[in-house]
Amino acid sequence: MSANPRQAQGRGAPWNDPKAQPYVVIDRVTKKFGDFVAVNNVSLKIYQGEIFCLLGGSGCGKTTLLRMLAGFEMTSSGSMSIDGQDMSGIPPYNRPVNMMFQSYALFPHMTVEDNIAFGLRQEGRSKADVRKRVDDMLAIVKMAQFARRKPHQLSGGQRQRVALARSLVKRPKLLLLDEPLGALDRKLREHTQFELVNIQEQLGVTFVVVTHDQEEAMTLASRIGVMNHGEIVQVGTPSEIYEFPNSRFVADFIGSVNMFEGRLIEDRPDHVRIASDDLGGTIFVDHGISAAPGITVWAAIRPEKIRIARERPSQPDNVVPGVIKEIAYMGDMSIYLVQLGTGRIVRVTQPNVDRDSESQYTWDERVFLHWHAESPVIVTQ
Amino acid sequence: MAKARSDDPLYGRIVYWWRVLRDTTAFRVSRGIARRVTGRPLVIAIPYLWLIFFFVIPFIIVLKISFAESRIAMPPYSPLWEWVTTSTMQIKLTMSNFGFLFEDALYKNAYLSSVRIAFISTLLCLLIGYPMAYGMARSKPSTRNILLLLIVLPFWTSFLLRVYAWIGLLKNNGVINNILLSLGVIKEPIVMMQTDFAVYLGIVYSYLPFMILPLYSTLEKMDMTLLEAAADLGCRPIKAFLKITLPLSIPGIIAGCMLVFIPAVGEYVIPALLGGPDTLMIGRVLWDEFFANRDWPVASAVAIAMLLLLVIPIMLFQYFQGREMRAHR
Repeated sequence: MSANPRQAQGRGAPWNDPKAQPYVVIDRVTKKFGDFVAVNNVSLKIYQGEIFCLLGGSGCGKTTLLRMLAGFEMTSSGSMSIDGQDMSGIPPYNRPVNMMFQSYALFPHMTVEDNIAFGLRQEGRSKADVRKRVDDMLAIVKMAQFARRKPHQLSGGQRQRVALARSLVKRPKLLLLDEPLGALDRKLREHTQFELVNIQEQLGVTFVVVTHDQEEAMTLASRIGVMNHGEIVQVGTPSEIYEFPNSRFVADFIGSVNMFEGRLIEDRPDHVRIASDDLGGTIFVDHGISAAPGITVWAAIRPEKIRIARERPSQPDNVVPGVIKEIAYMGDMSIYLVQLGTGRIVRVTQPNVDRDSESQYTWDERVFLHWHAESPVIVTQ
Repeated sequence: MAKARSDDPLYGRIVYWWRVLRDTTAFRVSRGIARRVTGRPLVIAIPYLWLIFFFVIPFIIVLKISFAESRIAMPPYSPLWEWVTTSTMQIKLTMSNFGFLFEDALYKNAYLSSVRIAFISTLLCLLIGYPMAYGMARSKPSTRNILLLLIVLPFWTSFLLRVYAWIGLLKNNGVINNILLSLGVIKEPIVMMQTDFAVYLGIVYSYLPFMILPLYSTLEKMDMTLLEAAADLGCRPIKAFLKITLPLSIPGIIAGCMLVFIPAVGEYVIPALLGGPDTLMIGRVLWDEFFANRDWPVASAVAIAMLLLLVIPIMLFQYFQGREMRAHR
């Protein structure tokens, strides 16, 4: 995963500070369309200056939640407040919120500068003031030389910048972004991700981003809320979500993972032991979970946390023999699919540290897989 | 738009209809087709031949007659050229027919009155048609098709019959007056037949679908997230309509206005059936010149002048359409 620029800057984490005032409070919000429950009893606190990503597959309710924040949809029950102000019954045009639409929704009959100025003109500002703020915004998104163009004369990336400029020019307290990078190609996307974060830093706006792309969420977010079937299943920083998923769904949704079903046979404060028929052995984990022995649990091990060895490693636990079935060379790393004695295929990724092909493993080679006791994550649901 | 709904036979039929109407009205079939299917001469030849036989040749004949002199004979006009001797051909172009159009105030008044009636009718069609088209475009997709069907339904009946039906409604002992009299709302029947009111009513009634269909197709295509974006940027709904919906529907407004205005200027049947003797429209003047006065040359001059009067709006129409198409490419 790419480095998270926000974490790299080492800012404080207001969500861990009990005294911090949340900026957006979503309190037990439910949205029904007829019989269909799109958003189910969601509660969230988002803090000032955050980039909060709502991540989930299509139809998980993330966009509905965003549209409720913008005021395009009314909540069926529950309440939302922004900066301490209750939002119920407030129409979109009176909310201190702006949105960047997935389709960008640029006005096709207006030039770039008119598009950006549109929001300011609604406030009845002076011409000189509008002019100045539009010019500032054009400079920030580096679109000054395209000010007189119409949207259809711009490329996808340029339209995206105009849409961003238009949604930021009113200096909203909260910016909602619906799949902001969805329409861009991969290279442009990576570049824009970092630019987006820079602009956010520069202007200090709170972002709520909706995306189905976990990589996008990982790169942008200060925190991620993973959604499934209209519910928030886990909220945490990208590394928390990746390293400590709280359910099989989250572990599976973010990155790839090897999931072993097993029975809890020993649960101590400092370790647990899981007997897994899947694996054909026991898994030793160096932290306790408080659960009744005998229940079914799942141990999730990330592919990059499993090592391959030709000789049996000396460690007593967490070693299992297997045969390499498939190798995918990706350049920076290789993916190995290793079949265990039980028939189960395990996915392992290894960085290609050496250039020498002699040390590489080959098809049908007998190997041992091993991992550290801290690597598996145990989930009970 | 048509592609997305091609599975819907009604929609396809309506789109087809409105294209046919537009094309025949504006006589732009040949240019449009020639531009689209270059390299398929056979396909182009059919509409070209059609236009040559039924538009270009009659037009040249009428043009020729407009330069002739009226005489009591068969045919009732002088030949354009005569052989004076075996080697001398005499071509006589009589300009007086066109001059006559300026001399007699009747023609000028008929032109102005036609344009005025067509203009006001177009405006009325726009004012009535826009809300209807807007309502249709914003209704549920299932209701939309029914509403569209209702708009096009009158076309299944003959145009002439529909205009005649209005006589039965409007005349002094017609349906409307009888109902009002029996309800005691009025003591005397309201004179509606043979007035300008009846002409406006007839034109608006007959041409309203031509206004609604292009407006509907523009409004229906509109991206609704644009209105959400406007609201998001602090724009109230009424202003969003004026700033977003209205400007974006201008192509539909232009198309609709042209489709109503152009045929309304030359309208003959409606003023002849519903209008009074003082309802002056160029179509009736033309009829009278040909069949009452039997002055073919003056009648031809009127026809040519009327054509010029109509060509200008057509050219404007084409210009705006071309610009619009370039903008959305």
